Amino acid sequence: MTTDGSNGTPQSGPTGGDNGHAAAGGETATWRVKAGLAQMLKGGVIMDVTTAQEAKIAEEAGAVSVMALERVPSDIRKDGGVARMSAVEKLVEIQEAVTIPVMAKARIGHFVEAQILDALGIDYIDESEVLTPADDQNHIDKSGFRAPFVCGCRDLGEALRRIAEGAAMIRTKGEAGTGDIVEAVRHMRQLWGGIRSLQNMADDELPTAAKNLQAPLDLVREVKQLGRLPVVNFSAGGVATPADAALMMQLGAEGVFVGSGIFKSDNPPAVAEAIVKAVTHYEDPTILADVSRGLGDPMRGQSVASIPVEAQLAGRGN
Amino acid sequence: MAIAPPTSPIHVGVLALQGDFEEHALMLRAAGAMATEVRTLDQLNAVDGLVIPGGESTTIARLLIAFDLMEPLRARIAAGLPVWGTCAGAILLAARVPGLDRPSVGGLDMTVERNAFGTQVDSFETDLAIEGLEGDPFHAVFIRAPVITEVGPGVETLAALEDGRIVAARDGQLMATCFHPEITADARLHALFVSLVREAVREGQPA
Repeated sequence: MTTDGSNGTPQSGPTGGDNGHAAAGGETATWRVKAGLAQMLKGGVIMDVTTAQEAKIAEEAGAVSVMALERVPSDIRKDGGVARMSAVEKLVEIQEAVTIPVMAKARIGHFVEAQILDALGIDYIDESEVLTPADDQNHIDKSGFRAPFVCGCRDLGEALRRIAEGAAMIRTKGEAGTGDIVEAVRHMRQLWGGIRSLQNMADDELPTAAKNLQAPLDLVREVKQLGRLPVVNFSAGGVATPADAALMMQLGAEGVFVGSGIFKSDNPPAVAEAIVKAVTHYEDPTILADVSRGLGDPMRGQSVASIPVEAQLAGRGN
Repeated sequence: MAIAPPTSPIHVGVLALQGDFEEHALMLRAAGAMATEVRTLDQLNAVDGLVIPGGESTTIARLLIAFDLMEPLRARIAAGLPVWGTCAGAILLAARVPGLDRPSVGGLDMTVERNAFGTQVDSFETDLAIEGLEGDPFHAVFIRAPVITEVGPGVETLAALEDGRIVAARDGQLMATCFHPEITADARLHALFVSLVREAVREGQPA
């Protein structure tokens, strides 16, 4: 991926290139521009926002992108009900408020929500377990859209299934809305453990590995060769402090999503800015200590161990 | 700055506050340079040339200010440091950027328009003829890319789209491209920049 976007990863879908803006005289919606935007977001923080005002706070703090959604995950968890794509007028308001890329969530399998987000010119679509799934069997066929997709995973097999469906960016799921980092850590370790174990295999063992991972063999071969996923991978689901963000970076994330952790804290602008700085200097404990001062209380959070398994979001979509 | 004997590798830094700095470092190494990441003043002071990568210009501008790198970088540019900016990096090198909510680094006498093509769904790839590159056209990837709307006297246009909009420019030791050579397999522009840095190092040496 870093040198050639065409090595075995899914190419742009049937409509790829057909929607080209003649103005630029080029080919749009290619695999390389889709995966490429995620490369530009690396080393950055993507922040959940529900209003234009929150989006401006996020941009001011140095977010590389905002994720527009109707409620932050901790409120979805608290309020219950069906969580859907954000209202269109909210999305447009947020797009108009900032110059950084705007991402938005569609329900798992809800390809019409995705079509609407694509028509609005949303920069990245998150087919997300945080919303109530629309299809409990199938994910969206993501290859045919103009906008790229990011999807969640808990391990290597799940990541490769999403990439096979056309996801151009991956995030480990964690457990959204908790402020508890334990699931984010578990998923990141499972993902990298899976990659390392492929690298120790002989080539003739890869077909069985693919069977066990329930993932396409060509992607399994590519991961062994690259020693990493063929797309950018961020961490999500539980980051509440600069230390949490740096922990995920040291564990191999290429950037972080922060949801409730910012706007459910005492001082959102300060926490947001501190997390941005922590992701840049994630290997420098002196700077991490410095940016961790004076932030007030982080979001109170809820330990994942206290949430019944059937109420956890990470199990949605597999 | 240490004076390098002619045989020692050219040391090119990649500003590593945010963005696709790893991709640039790999390409610079492929082009024969020693490439290192730059996040601190000491690291900035050690390099013979600098690449400002793709990323979010608003984010990188804030981090340059927050970590006290903005003024030292401007001072080094004024003293002749070769710098190449790609996409966000081109925005940061431009003297004039309407709508950027922090002052850019500046140095290159040009005006840049951010997100000139629209949102991500309008991102595209195309072949470009580039001044000074031999061989095939360069396959250029534009991602939420800017364009150069105006260049000052003495600034050379290196490439333009079919509609005439400028997407690459150079003024002496400063180079800007609105696209991302670092995410292709073509290292010719990296090699061009390394040779520019090598030239600057040679000229900086006592005769």
